[in-house]
Amino acid sequence: MIRRRADFSLSPAKTLWLLLAQALVIAPHAPRLPMWITLTSIAIAVWRYLASRWQWRAPGRVTRILLLALALAGVLASYGTVFGRDAGVALLVLALSLKLLELTQLRDVMLYLFLGYFLITTSFLYSQSMALAGYMLVVVLILTSALMVVSHPAREARIRPRLRQSASLLLQALPVALLLFLLFPRVSGPLWNLPKDAHHGITGLSDSMSPGSISQLSRSDAVAFRVDFDGEPPANAELYWRGPVLSHYNGETWSAAPPRRLRRSEFHVQPPGVHYTVTLEPHNRLWLFALDVPGSIPNDSYLTQDYQLLARQRVEQRLRYSVTSYLKHTEGARLSHYERRVALQLPAGENPLTRALAQRLRASSGNDAGLVAAVLRMFRQQPFVYTLNPPLLPTHNGADAFLFNTRRGFCEHYASAFVLIMRDAGIPARVVTGYQGGQYNPIGGYLIVRQSDAHAWTEIWLRGRGWVRVDPTAAVAPSRVEVGIEAALPNEAPGGLVFSHNSLLRHVALMWDSLNNGWNQWVLGYDNNRQTRLWSQLGLGNASWQWLASALALTVSGALIVLFGYLTLRQRGANRDRVRDAYQRFCRKLERRGLARAAQEGPLDYVRRVTRARPELAGRARRITQLYIALRYGPTPNAAQLHKLRGLIRRFRVRRVRR
Amino acid sequence: MTSLSERLSTRKLKGPESEPVRLTARRIYILPTRHGVLFALVLLVMLFGAINYNNSLGYALTFLLAALGMVTMLHTQHNLAGTVLHSQTCAPVFAGQNANFPICLDAPAGTARYAIAIDSRGFGARFTDVAAGRSAHLPLSVPATVRGRLRPGRFKVYSEFPLGLFHAWSWVEFDMSCLVYPRPDDSTLPQTLLSPDPGEALRSTSAGCEDFHGLRSYRPGDSPRQIAWKHAARSDALLTKQFVGGAGRSLWLDWEQLDGLMAEARLSRLTRWVLDCHRAGYRYGLRLPGRIVEADSGEMHKRQCLEMLALFEIGSSRRSRTTAAA
Repeated sequence: MIRRRADFSLSPAKTLWLLLAQALVIAPHAPRLPMWITLTSIAIAVWRYLASRWQWRAPGRVTRILLLALALAGVLASYGTVFGRDAGVALLVLALSLKLLELTQLRDVMLYLFLGYFLITTSFLYSQSMALAGYMLVVVLILTSALMVVSHPAREARIRPRLRQSASLLLQALPVALLLFLLFPRVSGPLWNLPKDAHHGITGLSDSMSPGSISQLSRSDAVAFRVDFDGEPPANAELYWRGPVLSHYNGETWSAAPPRRLRRSEFHVQPPGVHYTVTLEPHNRLWLFALDVPGSIPNDSYLTQDYQLLARQRVEQRLRYSVTSYLKHTEGARLSHYERRVALQLPAGENPLTRALAQRLRASSGNDAGLVAAVLRMFRQQPFVYTLNPPLLPTHNGADAFLFNTRRGFCEHYASAFVLIMRDAGIPARVVTGYQGGQYNPIGGYLIVRQSDAHAWTEIWLRGRGWVRVDPTAAVAPSRVEVGIEAALPNEAPGGLVFSHNSLLRHVALMWDSLNNGWNQWVLGYDNNRQTRLWSQLGLGNASWQWLASALALTVSGALIVLFGYLTLRQRGANRDRVRDAYQRFCRKLERRGLARAAQEGPLDYVRRVTRARPELAGRARRITQLYIALRYGPTPNAAQLHKLRGLIRRFRVRRVRR
Repeated sequence: MTSLSERLSTRKLKGPESEPVRLTARRIYILPTRHGVLFALVLLVMLFGAINYNNSLGYALTFLLAALGMVTMLHTQHNLAGTVLHSQTCAPVFAGQNANFPICLDAPAGTARYAIAIDSRGFGARFTDVAAGRSAHLPLSVPATVRGRLRPGRFKVYSEFPLGLFHAWSWVEFDMSCLVYPRPDDSTLPQTLLSPDPGEALRSTSAGCEDFHGLRSYRPGDSPRQIAWKHAARSDALLTKQFVGGAGRSLWLDWEQLDGLMAEARLSRLTRWVLDCHRAGYRYGLRLPGRIVEADSGEMHKRQCLEMLALFEIGSSRRSRTTAAA
């Protein structure tokens, strides 16, 4: 048991615990890392275990430096750089593994474990989901217990008590951590430039549309954004969340014109407006989603000429913003020459059949509105099919092939064909992409808009009415717009529990989403603004950082003092002499009947006097006294005996003497 | 860290305390260890990372670990506070060996103590756990360099439990001492002492000795070879056989025989002779200037001789190197 400090060594049991901690830390990174890094880590870990088992010697300094250089070169070869988020993580993982080669002092092991804590943080750069946070809490527990195991000089590991103690330490740390989280003055914005790869790998709409791009997106049930309406949400058919507006067509792909800022308000809105707050998942683009047309817009954003709401900076973090939209509005202005030209642009010589169709319909219908009705009637009455899996279209004359041959398509096919017909007929038209509808979560009282709600519709310019929204998909599959994609495509819609027909599963899925939403709003979204708002909601006025810092210092020291008091009291409580306490209770019971124990009286003398005065108590009083003496002066205190003594004293009754 | 703790320690020199000593919160110092400082640095880097990436879980983890550090500080302090220390008698040693003062640590009922260490200045620390309500012993090792009475002076009790991030310590001094015999030198018993007839005359305890003197009652330390076993079989009392070789037949280890040696060297030589005589089972006496131990044999006799050698011209009041200055 006694151990000298000088001879530091890691027993195999301790080593195994360290390696477990390391594996758990690296595991979330493993799918992103090149295979060779994972394999290297595993190989070094296995070596480490065997080395501690068989007392192998650690490799020398030269070998270690050589390995480090190799690791650097490997990362450089795999990533092309050693800087940035991904390469940095790869280097850290390798450094952690290489550190295993030189665990010769306690300091090395400590540094190794601290590196482990640090690697946990890097995981959060990729995901901040509740599941990962829960997992990492377990990893922190294991790392902390490993810290406890190695810093304890005993050779044997004794993992279970250490785990229990670490859990207790972490629980005690939790209130202080919460205070720090709430009150530590938050700084907004990065302190230095983030690496370029900081926000890679995010799905969402893009600024171009070709056949298949939106149907591809529709297969994902990832959340695009969540909306909290003030009051009743509008009907599903009115929920057109405007995204990129695409005016330019090259024969296959629609793309957006460079954004131009809206100079003057060209529409008249009719109250009442719909007020809502959007929590947008990061998509690394500029656009913000809003219902047509936004009246009041958030700070750091602006409206473009085609009524798109754009942020001034890419949305790299989850973003909350509030908008008031007016679903009823009229356009007063006229189309400029430039805009008309853009809205009528067509690639030369493409889709001759479509052009002929447009001219035929134009001739047969009296005005623009009649033409629109005729096209929609065609979509509705002829055997057009709305499907997620349309056949492939040729790169040339794709619209002709769609309209006259395949007749199966997703929203982008209908929107594209419709705009082409309009343009061929001389009506300015454009494609609008975004999201349509959403799923209302009754548990959280908000609307979930997923990638599967991605949609494309059109706008045409009608003289005197301005830009008018026409959704050709609604003509083919009305339920898509009125209910949602899972209703329009019952057999093709994306899977997952959220669309399950089982109502219980659906309920659970919605509950889970609502939990996630709370997590996003209150944990991940807790920033500068939220902190300020919380502060003012508590009626504490402006939260300057000085105020925050002093409140933090006060409450944290308060919490620590409480903990200190608790620890002291616990010790004092344990120190209390329970045997004496019990005996004193016995004495007090007798005292109440006039048999107080004299200060100089020993327990045996006392019980003799009690027996003389009250012979009927003799048996019980003697038993109590004997047990007390055995406990008081006997060799080892015995919990069972103490329990018995306390029971005897509890049942000990002294009746009033009748005179 | 050590230099700072050293400095803090020299502020109050109170001298020995009465036993037992209870480590109260007031007398416990606490500072972060080197690992604790490293931990803080790692947390700082993590905090900057969290700010830069505006990463909420990064903040959360950093704050959780920071809070863990603060909580750990209290626990390190409480691991030491309330422990009761007292000493036990230290077995005599020879100069050049280490004296091990047994220090007894009592944990209060209900709360166990973990990895408590006793550090005798720079001589390496030893650790032990103490279960709740139990006691454990730790040796306080002090090198015994010179003969006499060794007082270990102050020693440090410390703990870095649970995470090794903080170092809590307290200084304790007990009024305890250890008898240090002179270091025996490498000589052997000279022939002149053993002559003229070493084989018979001097071997007082040999089985076939003819000069049987009588029986006396057994005293602890008597050699088993001297016990009258036949007599013991008949009665309950143990008796020791006494042999007398006459006054001239005892071996006298005399200070005066060692002319030409310095005082300490003489003591070393005499110590060696005492040990050799004892091992060989001789009957011997010791003569120092002004002091005599009459010829005898046995464990008690050996100790008496060694103690006289240890304390020669020192007396019992002399203090050792550690406390002599005070």
